[in-house]
Amino acid sequence: MATTFTLISSVTVGGGGSAVIEFTSIPQTYTDLQILLSVRSSTAAGNSNCFIYLNGTFGTSYAQQRLSGDGSNVVSDSQTSYPWVDMINAIPNATYTANTFGSAQIYIPNYASSNNKSLSVDFVGENNSTTSYIYITAGLFQNSSGITSITIDGTDNFVQYSTAYLYGISNA
Amino acid sequence: MTATYEKIATTTLGSNQATVTFSSIPGTYTDLVLITNEKQTNTSNRSSALRFNSDSNSNYTQTGLYGTGSAAGTFRTSSTTLIYYGFYGYSTTSNFNFNSIININNYSNTAVNKTVLSRANNAQNGVDIIVGLWRNTAAITSITLTMETLSDFTTGSTFTLYGIKSA
Repeated sequence: MATTFTLISSVTVGGGGSAVIEFTSIPQTYTDLQILLSVRSSTAAGNSNCFIYLNGTFGTSYAQQRLSGDGSNVVSDSQTSYPWVDMINAIPNATYTANTFGSAQIYIPNYASSNNKSLSVDFVGENNSTTSYIYITAGLFQNSSGITSITIDGTDNFVQYSTAYLYGISNA
Repeated sequence: MTATYEKIATTTLGSNQATVTFSSIPGTYTDLVLITNEKQTNTSNRSSALRFNSDSNSNYTQTGLYGTGSAAGTFRTSSTTLIYYGFYGYSTTSNFNFNSIININNYSNTAVNKTVLSRANNAQNGVDIIVGLWRNTAAITSITLTMETLSDFTTGSTFTLYGIKSA
């Protein structure tokens, strides 16, 4: 029987940190993609954002619906004609509890189809002192091309020990 | 080595359908995951929902958390005839902008009622997370997906059921 859930690629950020985490040359032979992240930003003050874009495409190709909470407030917002799918203030950084990384799960069904690509994004960034955030986000990449690259970017660098795993799920 | 994550069944609709059913689900897995990528026929948006083992009686309960871009809220219904898996994050007639991830853990355990955790995503309408309860200890052997009245799943909608083994 064909393997259903396969690791395509992984990234572990080294000692120098990394501005982005990127998966390229993604084979078109699976049905869905899942990305699991464990990330922390090097930002020394203020908050850190995380954003995801596909096939190197910025511009106005994305839309999103976000629902977030920080322990005090719940916010629902949305964007259209947007340059990426993002989570604001979500990533733990140098102002957060030490050795604490945010976790995310991103699922993209039918990533190789000629339809628009819908994304399911869940992100949590816990912190034992000040505010931290949880997001559930519906993303949309309004593009008929199969996804061949995924870029995870953020405010400043991702620090050492940040990890990202790209899995392919096959329904064959 | 025993495969941990296996496809049980998949379907891509060749024509519009009111329901999609996965039947004869084997009881040999630990948990189930159902992935949908769908759109609907009705221009007045309708929510997606599911039932287990053809039970259309008032044996379901659900609690949901949602965001529509302009409002965040929660809902709860009890003694209902179905569980929503896309309530405000419902599919629409425009492209395949909707997806859902539905987790059904411990689905074949006959000592417990069955719970569902679903995440639904439509960047144009809403995002939600819903927990549902089927008050029945029977093993789940079928799952029927449906839309609210006056709408069908369209041609090209995809539905895949996976089984996860813990041993």
